[in-house]
Amino acid sequence: MSDEKEKIYLFDRPENVNRLLKGFYAICILLVLADFVVHRHIGFGWEKIPAFYALYGFVACVLLVLIAKKIRNVVMRKEDYYDE
Amino acid sequence: MSELPPFLLFFIAAGLVAVTRGLPRQLILLATPVVTGLHLWQDINPGADVAYSLMSYELAVLRADKLSLLFGYLFCIASFFAGTYALHVKDTKQHVAGLIYAGSALGAVFSGDLITLFIFWELLAISSVFLIWARGTERALKAGIRYLVYQVLSGVLLLAGALVYYHNTGSLEFGHIGLDAGIAGWLIFIAFGIKSAFPFLHSWLTDGYPEATVTGTVLLSAFTTKVAVYSLARGFAGEEILIYIGVTMACFPIFYAVIENDLRRVLAYSLINQVGFMVTGIGIGTALALNGAVAHAFSDVIFKGLLFMSMGAVLYRTGNINGSDLGGLYKSMPKTTLLCIVGALSISAFPLFSGFVSKSMVMTALMQENHGYLWLLMLFASAGVFHHAGIKIPYFAFFHHDSGIRTEEAPRNMLVAMSVAAALCIFIGTQPQYLYALLPWEVEYWPYDLTHVLAQTQLLFFSALAFVWLNKKGLYPPELHSVNLDAEWFYRHLVPAGAQRTLHLLRGAKASTLTKVIAHMQGVKNQFGKSPMAKYYLSESWPTGSMVFWISAILATFLLLGLFGLRP
Repeated sequence: MSDEKEKIYLFDRPENVNRLLKGFYAICILLVLADFVVHRHIGFGWEKIPAFYALYGFVACVLLVLIAKKIRNVVMRKEDYYDE
Repeated sequence: MSELPPFLLFFIAAGLVAVTRGLPRQLILLATPVVTGLHLWQDINPGADVAYSLMSYELAVLRADKLSLLFGYLFCIASFFAGTYALHVKDTKQHVAGLIYAGSALGAVFSGDLITLFIFWELLAISSVFLIWARGTERALKAGIRYLVYQVLSGVLLLAGALVYYHNTGSLEFGHIGLDAGIAGWLIFIAFGIKSAFPFLHSWLTDGYPEATVTGTVLLSAFTTKVAVYSLARGFAGEEILIYIGVTMACFPIFYAVIENDLRRVLAYSLINQVGFMVTGIGIGTALALNGAVAHAFSDVIFKGLLFMSMGAVLYRTGNINGSDLGGLYKSMPKTTLLCIVGALSISAFPLFSGFVSKSMVMTALMQENHGYLWLLMLFASAGVFHHAGIKIPYFAFFHHDSGIRTEEAPRNMLVAMSVAAALCIFIGTQPQYLYALLPWEVEYWPYDLTHVLAQTQLLFFSALAFVWLNKKGLYPPELHSVNLDAEWFYRHLVPAGAQRTLHLLRGAKASTLTKVIAHMQGVKNQFGKSPMAKYYLSESWPTGSMVFWISAILATFLLLGLFGLRP
């Protein structure tokens, strides 16, 4: 394996990763814009907030990760914790 | 023949698999779920009722209605792809255990009375633990024992509840039970609760499943919790407490899933999260919610099986399943990567994938019943699922930074099994009418309207955006070799440590009491030595040995006298 030069894979090139991310950002922007064009049915009052689902998804996940990091301070132990 | 209980076919197959090897065994593994599935489809109509007599008790082994048939089909599908996935395995006990396990799951969902249910309930426990033990490690052995204790406890509670129920109502029929049935209701409720991994009763799942074999975990993820969901739907539909339990189940595991390193344990947490959606649906109890709960069980078995299969393939090929050690595997396992992504999109409920058409029923039902805050929490849980199961699993295993691991693509049988599951995920997601036609309750529902699709896509894309942003900012918690304390801490650490401490305390108490007593006796002795009585021969302290000596001497004399026929 070490003799032959290894094949360059899709995400080994940073420009491919960038392309993927740009496409992804573009879709995100379009989705928010769509919210101003499409009329959603409203079940709860807070759904009236423009781009409610987008905001909620983003904030929820950031909070999830930040809280989970804090939880780590309390619950994380060494891998052999129970083996002692 | 026409109303043969489906579990029998699996039990017969388990016997055949024990004595065959090679191709015949593989054929049996593949044919059993297909034949059973066709049998259920063709021969068994809703309303079938078959009972066997056992010691003058009627065991209702086949009570079929749309609810039990739905789970019957599902279990045949699951054991088909799990069987395909395990075709390469040579270990006989895993195949036998797997077939008995799947058969018991079928037996349980067709049980018409609580005693038959109890029998299959315990068979599920006993057969499934071998799938954990078959891993052969010390850890697996211990985790298996802890798993078994929970499962058997659940069975004992079920039996106790059934007996009290019989005492109170004079019937053992397994229909709606409800918590109004008093202590009997609660006992059965907790028995079902253990198996469906209610909060604080869940740790057997996150402890045991990741320790099972590569192929065993796929089976485990399909049956135990879904039998419990079925049982809750039949026995406790509309119990309000289930809504709160379900929402808790959907929310708390996602935090653990974010920080967990073992990717199969991440999936175990996400399994609890998905069961949370089902339990919530059962708690709401409207026709739409109940349909949503069982439809979600149907999709979940398939996409969760797919995810466990893809992670199993990684473990099989690399011998490692820690997020911290993997990465870049898309280079060596591109097909597994793609199939894993299908599973990830399905569990995240992307439109056109199976999770979307079933989860949205529960969400809509929450909205219809006006549970605003709970709906927000479930929306949070939905975003969280995408975050840990939808992105984290494929990202840390297959992408992330290149771990340098170069391996082969998964074996062909595994790829076929995963492809079957992936095809079903997409089929259910794009053609939900076929699944909806099987649902037990009558209700009109169609998931694809503009609002739904747009809302869900926004939610998911912006959850992904949060992941990208956190990663770019370096805020995303790195995968670390670690253990995260969970409910099992109480019995794996607190209780043993407490017991140790108690023993230590008792040992200290014993030692100090002994010294005190000995000192006291020494004092008494010294006092006695000073008294005039001490000079007599009999008051001396003799060694115990001398007494033994004299008793043996007397016995020997008697023996000799006896031998010579001289009676004293």
